[in-house]
Amino acid sequence: MVPITTTHYLVVAAALFVLGVIGVLTRRNVVIVLMSIELILNAVNLNLVAFSRMWGLHGQVFAIFVVVDAAAEAAVGLGILIAFFRNKETINVDEIDLLKW
Amino acid sequence: MNPVATPFFFYLLSTLAILGGVMVIVRRNAVHSAIALIVTLLSVAGLYLMLYAPFVAGVQIIVYAGGIMVLFLFVIMLVNIDRSMKERAFNKQWWIAIAAAVALGALFVSVFVKSKGLFPERGLPLAEESNTQQIGLYLYGNYMFAFEIASLLLLVAIIGAVVMAKKRI
Repeated sequence: MVPITTTHYLVVAAALFVLGVIGVLTRRNVVIVLMSIELILNAVNLNLVAFSRMWGLHGQVFAIFVVVDAAAEAAVGLGILIAFFRNKETINVDEIDLLKW
Repeated sequence: MNPVATPFFFYLLSTLAILGGVMVIVRRNAVHSAIALIVTLLSVAGLYLMLYAPFVAGVQIIVYAGGIMVLFLFVIMLVNIDRSMKERAFNKQWWIAIAAAVALGALFVSVFVKSKGLFPERGLPLAEESNTQQIGLYLYGNYMFAFEIASLLLLVAIIGAVVMAKKRI
């Protein structure tokens, strides 16, 4: 078996990133769009940790900051979602068009 | 220390992660998507362990699988409407989106193939036992300002989420 190199991890992370992009662009449910954003952030984290294997611990520290950002983003996004659901009774992205002229 | 069966566990964990990601974006029920996302997060935590990053793996399990996913499940329970189970789950322009995403993936793979010789294949030996200690030293030394900014960001996010979700302040 070939030994596992950094490129293997990068390919897995790219696959997760592409799946997250597809989820963000195609799904109508806002909750699943937010989950796809978490997928994208996880792909970035996997890249950072894979590179920190070669170039020191800075990548892992940055991955922790990305996790902090993901937590903040999920909290605020879901708060906006609850506020919107209370007003419009929908969680579909194509029906959320209050700012559309 | 030489880990055993590393390629096997790498392929197992990455297959689980990608399968979970596919389930996240194709399931109609949001709760199923959340469960699949938990599978993906746990497999990525296993990949972190294989990359000698035990602290990041622990943070991934505690913060992501333990904290953020509970938040997601709560919100799914709050806003889950049966209407979304009956109507279509995908946008009308789904084929353009998939074409664009596949083009993006092809770009990634071509970049990886072209840059194969740019980075070393073998990593430098990171100390696994003192990983947490070294990350702590970085966080409170090199990255102290960023750490404080991150705590401020979390405070603002907490206040913002409460203001958004509360009926009347």
